[in-house]
Amino acid sequence: MTAVTARALIRTEAADGGRTRLETLRSDPPLTLRQTGPRRVHLVSTGAGPLRGDRLDLEVDVAPGTSLEVRSVGATLVLPGLADTPSVMVVRARVGAGATLHFSPEPTVLAAGCAHRLVVRLSLAEDATVFWREEIVFGRHGERPGRGHARFDATVAGRPLLRQDLLVGEEAVDGSPAVYGDARCVGSTLLAGPAWAPPAVPDVKRERRAVLGDGWAALPLAGPGVQVCALGADAVQLRERLRRGEEAAGASPASGPDGSHGTPGAETGGLDP
Amino acid sequence: MGADAALLLLADSRLPAGGHAHSGGVEEAVRLGAVTGTGDLARFLRGRLATAGLVTAALAAAACELAAADDPADDPADGVELWRRLDAEADARTASPAQREAARTQGRLLLRTSRRMWPSAALDTLARAVPEGPHHPVALGAAGASAGCTPRQAALAAAYTSVTGPATAAVRLLGLDPVTVHRLLADLAPALDDAAHAACASLGDAARQGRWHALPGHSAPALDLLAEGHLTNPMKLFVS
Repeated sequence: MTAVTARALIRTEAADGGRTRLETLRSDPPLTLRQTGPRRVHLVSTGAGPLRGDRLDLEVDVAPGTSLEVRSVGATLVLPGLADTPSVMVVRARVGAGATLHFSPEPTVLAAGCAHRLVVRLSLAEDATVFWREEIVFGRHGERPGRGHARFDATVAGRPLLRQDLLVGEEAVDGSPAVYGDARCVGSTLLAGPAWAPPAVPDVKRERRAVLGDGWAALPLAGPGVQVCALGADAVQLRERLRRGEEAAGASPASGPDGSHGTPGAETGGLDP
Repeated sequence: MGADAALLLLADSRLPAGGHAHSGGVEEAVRLGAVTGTGDLARFLRGRLATAGLVTAALAAAACELAAADDPADDPADGVELWRRLDAEADARTASPAQREAARTQGRLLLRTSRRMWPSAALDTLARAVPEGPHHPVALGAAGASAGCTPRQAALAAAYTSVTGPATAAVRLLGLDPVTVHRLLADLAPALDDAAHAACASLGDAARQGRWHALPGHSAPALDLLAEGHLTNPMKLFVS
């Protein structure tokens, strides 16, 4: 068993009549990509893992004015391997002016004994729109999770919007009522773009109010975005809670197949200052 | 070598800067039954230190370093811009609006107090840069530098206050034995040192040019939910 290195790439370009064309779709097993719609790509894992020592890179480049949806066929099961080093998955996404990216792969499951690092670098142009969902499951059913460290960095026009680290499988955070409580999964969805910008009131920083549900919250950020965060006993409950939060934050429930988004806030009004 | 006595003043709960009014999520955790005794509290404090505590320690260290580099000969506009950028990094690491508000309320009070205790050009610049009140760790680091503390001392003070406030709140809310709770804090002492060390290690050389993107951002979803839930409690004793 040897460690795998893979670099896959998705790049869109604007075609005639404002349509989106997939300019590049470069698979690199085990990161295999399939076009499943005019503007939709599915990640199809070919082979087990990732395993310790693997290094997987996915680059997503959404050209100005285009839209793209990225999903995955199944959950990612992170397994222990022979190497001492952790497995690493890096996703770099650039979303150009007026472009839209919907990124919602199935959950990452941290199997016992794994050591995984997930790094997301998301850079948005000033008026780009993003829906980005991330779900982490603490081990398979009835098993203690391996170790995981997810780092998420989102910037808008170079300014920081959201920077977060999530640690799983560390003694200090596991079972802490301050961090995950008795949850077995954690997830978040970032909705970012001009539609989620705070009202511009000069010299006043008045915070918008969050919407709070059972095990989830839609948190308006200081910048142009809302983060839905949720905890769950299992992956089904986690997804249900995230969906509720996404709806409260103004993501259209139908958001998806065509990569489009509804008018945020219009139907709920829950995030008005 | 930093100002040891100044560090004690900065970290003292008797510092008149309003810190005693905040429970750091403990009040809501008690209300929901997530913290019922010293066992839960120990896990709560350890988790809080490893997440919010580490992040505030890193921000305080960065602020201390920035304030110490404040040179009256520099263009004041540059200083204002750097403080705004550091404060924006704190915003990006605080997804919960309730927690941002609590951090700014405490930062504003601490800045006001420390400008009278340790007047300095850096504190004046910070107050100009973020008139609505900087995040608490940013104010703490700047105050530390003005008092002569090192970034490591500022980080330690931030890590320390991230657990002592909630611990004291728990004593009041649950009627716990104060000595037992202080025993929990004593047990955390090595972790506090580690957090301050990790905070300073994360600064690297990049921080000197105002590049703080790599600072830790350890988040605690439960603390976010608790902070937002606390706002809806009409009977609350603590501000946050």
